[in-house]
Amino acid sequence: MADIVFWVIASITVISAAFVVLNNQLLYSAVALLITLFGVAGLYVFLWADFIAGVQLIVYIGGILVLIIFGIMLTNRISSVRLSQTNVQQGIGAVVSIWLLILISLVISKTPWLQLEAVEPISTVNNIGVLLLTKYLLPFEAASLLLLGALIGAAVLSREGT
Amino acid sequence: MDQLNNYLFIAAALFSLGVFGVMTRRNGIAVLMGVELILNAANINFVAFSRFGGMNFDGHIFGLFVIVLAAAEAAVALAIVINIYNNLNTINVDDASSLKN
Repeated sequence: MADIVFWVIASITVISAAFVVLNNQLLYSAVALLITLFGVAGLYVFLWADFIAGVQLIVYIGGILVLIIFGIMLTNRISSVRLSQTNVQQGIGAVVSIWLLILISLVISKTPWLQLEAVEPISTVNNIGVLLLTKYLLPFEAASLLLLGALIGAAVLSREGT
Repeated sequence: MDQLNNYLFIAAALFSLGVFGVMTRRNGIAVLMGVELILNAANINFVAFSRFGGMNFDGHIFGLFVIVLAAAEAAVALAIVINIYNNLNTINVDDASSLKN
């Protein structure tokens, strides 16, 4: 049962990701991206990463996707211009990306991956919180500075008359 | 679902689709969507290696930082896209070439 659910989620993720990059309607691409991000959150649940799955839902779907849809709305006049765009150089792009896929798949299948046994943790939040405030305290503070910089930078950049 | 390879193959597929999007799309926002796909593929790899490496949480922390970086990157990139639109009245990335020459 869990296997079937896993493969359904995996195929939905990959198919909607293909829809994101192949569709000509920009708004449909954004909706397909929503489904892809949901699928990735489902994969995190299968990987026992409940906190990361929650963060994925909150930050990606609640934040980044809304920002992207706002960007689409602000940069295309809905009433006058069609919200479409065309892909260019599809042939060489397909060749390069399929070649990349084949190369990565070969590496993945040839490598004898070491898989350690593990027991499923009751909750990952406790361990993540302890690690963030002990071993990873400096990156954590650096991330807060980065977010402050991004906040100020985005506000300055998108102001009128700069 | 208990095999590391499955997750790595899914991430590889997402990564190649994202690369295809970044290479072929000419709308700035659509390019940004391709970048988000690539970041998600990397994140799946981090969390999968963390799960199959004996459930250590370092991969989770790295995944969290990747999500934070993606949020900051999306905010700044959309500000730049809107600025380009205000100045050039287009978001075709090929037209934003005034730094060339």
